[in-house]
Amino acid sequence: MEMFIIGLTIFVLAIFVGFEIITKIPPTLHTPLMSGSNAISGITVVGAVLSAGSQHTMVTTTLGVLAVIFATINCVGGFMVTNRMLAMFKKKS
Amino acid sequence: MSALINIGYLVASVLFIIGLKGLTHPRTAVRGNLLGAVGMLLAVLLTLTNQRIISYEWIILGLIIGGAIGAALAIKIEMTSMPELVAVFNGFGGIASVLVAGAALLENTLGPEVPMMQLTIAIAASGLIGAVTFWGSLVAFGKLKGLIGDNAILFGGQQIINAALAAAVLALSCWVVIDPANGVAFWLLVGVASVLGVLLVIPVGGADMPVVVALLNSYSGLAAAATGFVLSNNVLIITGSLVGASGLILTQIMCKAMNRSLTNVLFGVLAPVGDGGPTADEVYGGKVKSTSPEEVAMLFETARRVCIIPGYGMAVSQAQHPVASLAALLESRGTTVEYGVHPVAGRMPGHMNVLLAEADVPYEALRDMDETNEDIDQVDIALVIGANDVVNPVARTDPNSAIAGMPIIDVDKAKTVVVIKRSLSPGFAGIPNPLFSLDNSLMLFGDGKKAVLDMIAALKDS
Repeated sequence: MEMFIIGLTIFVLAIFVGFEIITKIPPTLHTPLMSGSNAISGITVVGAVLSAGSQHTMVTTTLGVLAVIFATINCVGGFMVTNRMLAMFKKKS
Repeated sequence: MSALINIGYLVASVLFIIGLKGLTHPRTAVRGNLLGAVGMLLAVLLTLTNQRIISYEWIILGLIIGGAIGAALAIKIEMTSMPELVAVFNGFGGIASVLVAGAALLENTLGPEVPMMQLTIAIAASGLIGAVTFWGSLVAFGKLKGLIGDNAILFGGQQIINAALAAAVLALSCWVVIDPANGVAFWLLVGVASVLGVLLVIPVGGADMPVVVALLNSYSGLAAAATGFVLSNNVLIITGSLVGASGLILTQIMCKAMNRSLTNVLFGVLAPVGDGGPTADEVYGGKVKSTSPEEVAMLFETARRVCIIPGYGMAVSQAQHPVASLAALLESRGTTVEYGVHPVAGRMPGHMNVLLAEADVPYEALRDMDETNEDIDQVDIALVIGANDVVNPVARTDPNSAIAGMPIIDVDKAKTVVVIKRSLSPGFAGIPNPLFSLDNSLMLFGDGKKAVLDMIAALKDS
């Protein structure tokens, strides 16, 4: 139970941090912010890697590997496309 | 060793926070994105040292396949298809959470001991939010891509069905918590949540898409946070809640730009159309002046200041490059050209900005709605390309209209308004736009891209 309460504390505090750091976003950055933060949410890959590697059963490994694939597409694709967009904004300034 | 890994995760979390903050300022955005990527790499490398991992080949294979697909998508995608890509990526984050939760449930019910309740609650939450995110995103993708109707799809009893599904989802979640060893409960929960995800996005129509895309972004964060509870992993909890919060802020900004509440957008109730509002014939009857590219080109010759107002129609006809060329041509003749961008123009937050940036439009020329409205009365020609509801003066003048109170770009106050549009058909709100029949308005009917190219040709000829 203690772990859960610690997790809950972190969860609530991090939401406040999220609200605080994202204050005024210029409209130009709405899309990159979205795709960039989306890439970060691919952090699920951490859990996926653990499931894929612990080899409990065939099924858990399969689920894990599929999760690794989806989460990695999310991360790699998200960061790269955000970078591509930001480069377009940058070259003129 | 585990302490070291956790400290490493803390570093990764800090990198995510700094990275996300960086993404909110133009000057630091590139660095912010890179810091996020570094944080991610660090988190993955640390996880690979975890002693629970027995074999690496499957992990490596998954990382290579996922990385290759992700990179290919990111490099190949057309900027006009950005909303679809963002929707799909959101969905993939969601499905990953479902799969991890499913695997964790199996792992924890293999032995004789019963898993703790907080674990099973987290597993149910992760499966539920993940499934809603995945299917909601797929429907959003289908709508954005035009595979399923772009319009709001409404049917009788929708709210009742949704409420019943929500109740079923809650009941199934309880079942998962009470009897975790029964795998059926979890996958049934995922199934029902999937239907709910589809039904939640189906009723949302095209012009409301920016809100939904931002909201699904928030969900994908919450799904990751729920997975963090499943694994008791702080970096997932922190990161997930950061993304959840940032998505929610964007959602709020989008709702505000339409003067609608989130529930109003989600449950598809634009004020009923046609009850007493003026009909198209009353508004347009004989008062609409049609013009030609040549005529507009002549107007441009004497204009000192031009403001271009892009809408979703510009994205559809892929007119951003011709528009930028037209602007460059006008500038070379000494005319000032600026762009007035409405926050919800297009199908995702910031959609127009991305397209114009792709066409090399300088950042300084892009002005937001408030800046544009400040001195729109000094603009000689307001050129509206493929926008409708976001420039409809009815929002300001008629308190009973479907879009009453929505902030708009006041193009009607410019000296001359030129509207490039295929026809007089109404925009998403389904109401006629009196702008088109104003004395200072000229309609240029036709495809956006072709119309702009014709204008360029006419300008060059003269």
